[in-house]
Amino acid sequence: MRIALFITCLADTLYPDVGKATVCILERLGHEVTFPQGQTCCGQMHVNSGYQRDALPLVRSYVAAFDGCEAIVAPSASCVGSVRHQHAMVARQFGEEKLARRAEALAGRTFELSELLVDVLGVEDVGAYYPHRVTYHPTCHSLRLLRVGDRPYRLLRHVKGLELVELPEAEACCGFGGTFALKNADVSTAMLADKMRHVVDTGAQKCAAADSSCLMHIGGGLSRLNAGVGTVHLAEILASTRDGSFR
Amino acid sequence: MTHGTGHLRGDEPFPAAARRALGDTQLRQNLGNATRTIRAKRARVVAELPDWEPLRDAGQAIKADTMAHLDSYLEQLEANVSRRGGIVHWARDAGEACQIVCGLVTATGEREVVKVKSLVTDEIGLNDALGAAGITAHETDLAELIIQLGHDWPSHILVPAIHRNRAEIRDIFLREMRGVDAQLTDEPAALAEAARQYLRRKFLSTRVGISGANFAIAETGTLCVVESEGNGRMCLTLPETLITVMGIEKVIPAWADLGVFLQLLPRSSTGERMNPYTSMWTGVTPGDGPQEFHLVLLDNGRTAVLADPAGRSALHCIRCSACLNVCPVYERTGGHAYGSVYPGPIGAVLSPQLTGIENNASLPYASSLCGACYDVCPVKIDIPSMLVHLRGKHVEAVRSRRTVPSAEAITMAAASWTMARPGRFGAAQRVGRLGRVLARGGRVRRLPPPLAAWTRARDAPEPPIQSFRQWWRAEHRSQRQ
Repeated sequence: MRIALFITCLADTLYPDVGKATVCILERLGHEVTFPQGQTCCGQMHVNSGYQRDALPLVRSYVAAFDGCEAIVAPSASCVGSVRHQHAMVARQFGEEKLARRAEALAGRTFELSELLVDVLGVEDVGAYYPHRVTYHPTCHSLRLLRVGDRPYRLLRHVKGLELVELPEAEACCGFGGTFALKNADVSTAMLADKMRHVVDTGAQKCAAADSSCLMHIGGGLSRLNAGVGTVHLAEILASTRDGSFR
Repeated sequence: MTHGTGHLRGDEPFPAAARRALGDTQLRQNLGNATRTIRAKRARVVAELPDWEPLRDAGQAIKADTMAHLDSYLEQLEANVSRRGGIVHWARDAGEACQIVCGLVTATGEREVVKVKSLVTDEIGLNDALGAAGITAHETDLAELIIQLGHDWPSHILVPAIHRNRAEIRDIFLREMRGVDAQLTDEPAALAEAARQYLRRKFLSTRVGISGANFAIAETGTLCVVESEGNGRMCLTLPETLITVMGIEKVIPAWADLGVFLQLLPRSSTGERMNPYTSMWTGVTPGDGPQEFHLVLLDNGRTAVLADPAGRSALHCIRCSACLNVCPVYERTGGHAYGSVYPGPIGAVLSPQLTGIENNASLPYASSLCGACYDVCPVKIDIPSMLVHLRGKHVEAVRSRRTVPSAEAITMAAASWTMARPGRFGAAQRVGRLGRVLARGGRVRRLPPPLAAWTRARDAPEPPIQSFRQWWRAEHRSQRQ
C-alpha cells in the first residue's frame, strides 16, 4: 500500500526520529511511504485557541498537500483528531462548503498510527524488539476523540522483550492541552505533577504515548526533576528491532 | 435579550484564582478524595445499565426538543400551574427575581424562611436580598447549612461543601450553631445528628418555604425536586406558603420524560441507583401541604444563551455535576476559582454565556480539552467543542473591539502565515534551530516569553540539527543518486 506521511509540525521540527520511526515500520511491513512536500500544520493550536479564522489557511494547505492520497498516517492522535473533527467545521464556519467536503473526504482517509496498523493494515505484531520496562499513557485525544481503545496496547504486547506495566489513573490528562499549558500554567503543572508521580511509581524506564505533544510535556517535567525516567513515542518502540535502532 | 446578573463571575480571572486555590494543600486533598470516591461510585452504577447510551440519547433529544419550543412549553407550564391554584411570576434577571420573592415573603408577614438546596437562588443572591429585607433564610440541606454557618460559598453543584473535611465542619458547628453540644466529635453521624436537632426546630416553626426545581412538567404543571436528606420534603410540605424559583430551561414537556431523567440524574450525580427522596407537587391541594404556591420563572441571561445555536445546549444541563467530578482542572482548583455558582466544565461554558463572554472571558480557557466531561454527561453536552466555540467568540469580540491587535493575535497570525506555506515553515524551522544555543545537555531550562511559562516547571527539548523534512530530502536525494 502507498501511504502518505503527515509528520505534523511538532514532530517535523522537534521530534524527527518519530517520523523516521513511522517510515521504518511501514517500509518494514512492505509498504511504500510518501512525504507530500506541501504539508505544514493541521491548525489545531489555532482552532483550540479561538483563532479559527487563522486556521483556515492551514486547513486549505492540508487539503492541497494530501488531496489524492489513498491513505494518510500521522504519528499523533491529536493532530488526526483535528483533521477529523475540526477541518470541515472550520471550512464551514467561513462558508467554504467545497473545501469542507474535500476536508471530510481526506479526514476519512487520515489515520493515527495504531489505527492504520491494526484497522487498515491488519497487523498487531510488527516484528519489534524493545527490551525495556515501559508504561503507556493513553493520551486524551487518542482515547476520547479518536477512540483508539486498546489498539496501542495490542501493538505493545507483541513487542519482544518489552515489559508493559500498568500506569495508575492512566486515563487522566497530563495537563498539556496546547496553549492551556501556558495560559493556565499552574493548573497544567499541578496535573503534570500527578501524572509524573504515577509514572515514577510504576518503576518503568520509559513512558510511552502516541502524541509527541503530551510526551514533550511529560518528558519536560521528568527531565526537570531528573526523575531517571525517559519518554518514548509508540512509533519509536515499534520501529526498534534486534538489529538495533531504526535511526 | 439581557445578560445574566448575580453570582456568575468572579472578581479575578481564572488563572489567578486557580493559582491561589492550588496553594491550599488541604483543599486539594479534600477535593481529590471526594471526587475520586464519587467518580468510582458513578462508574459502578452506570455500568449496571445496559441501556445507558440510549438513555443519554433520549435525554439529549428531549432537551433539544424542549429548547426548540421553549416558549410554548413555558406557556403550557404557566397555564397548568395556574389551573391547579399556583401563581406564576416571570423574572427577567436576578434583581427582579429577588424583588418578587422578597415581596411575597413580606406579604405573609413572616420574618423567617426555610430553604431547600437550590443553585438558582444562589445564582440570584437571594439570601442576601432576603437579609436586606429583614428576612432570615435558613438553609436546611446539610452541606448548604455548613456553607451558611461558615459564611462561605458553595464550591460544587451537588456537594457545595466538598472543600470542607469533617474536622473543619465540626469547628464551624461549634463556632456558629446555637445550642450545640460542646463535646461534639467529627464523626459523620454525630455531625449529622447535631444538624438534625438544629434544623428540626426550624422546620416545625417556619411558615414559608423556598425551593428551586429539578424539573417542571409542562403538560401537568407538576414541579419536581430530588434530594437525599429529606429536608427538602419537610420544606415542601410543612410550610403554609411555598415559593419555587426555577430557571426557564428546567421545563420538560411531558410526564413520561421524567422517567428518562430520573434514571440519568441520580446515577450521574451521587452514583446512586435512585436518590432517597423525590418530591412532586402540582399547584395547591386543599387541606394538604402549602396552601399558597408561587412559581418564579427566571431568565437571567438564558434567552441570550438560547440565541446561539452552537452554545444553547449548555441549557440542557440537569446539574448532575458528573463533569465536575471527572474534570482534572476542577479536581485541582475546586469550584471557587471559577467565581460562579456554576463551576467546573459546565460552568466554564454556561457562566460566560449567561453573563456575556466579554464579562467572563477567562473561563472557556480553563480546560485542557481532555474530553472527560463529554464522556460522562448524561445529556451528551459536547462541552469541549463548546469551549472551543466560545474561545472563538471571545477572540472575534476582542478583534472587533481593538484597533491594535493583541500580542497573542499577532503571534497567531504570524504562525498561520508561516505555516500556510512549506517554504516559509522550513525557514522558520531553521531559525528555531538557533534555540540550540539555549540547550545544555540536550534540554532547554529557560525559554524567553511568550514561552517562559513553559519552562517555569518543565524543560523544553533541544531542537534537533535536522528537521524531518530535511532528513527526508537528504535521504531521497542520496537514494536517487
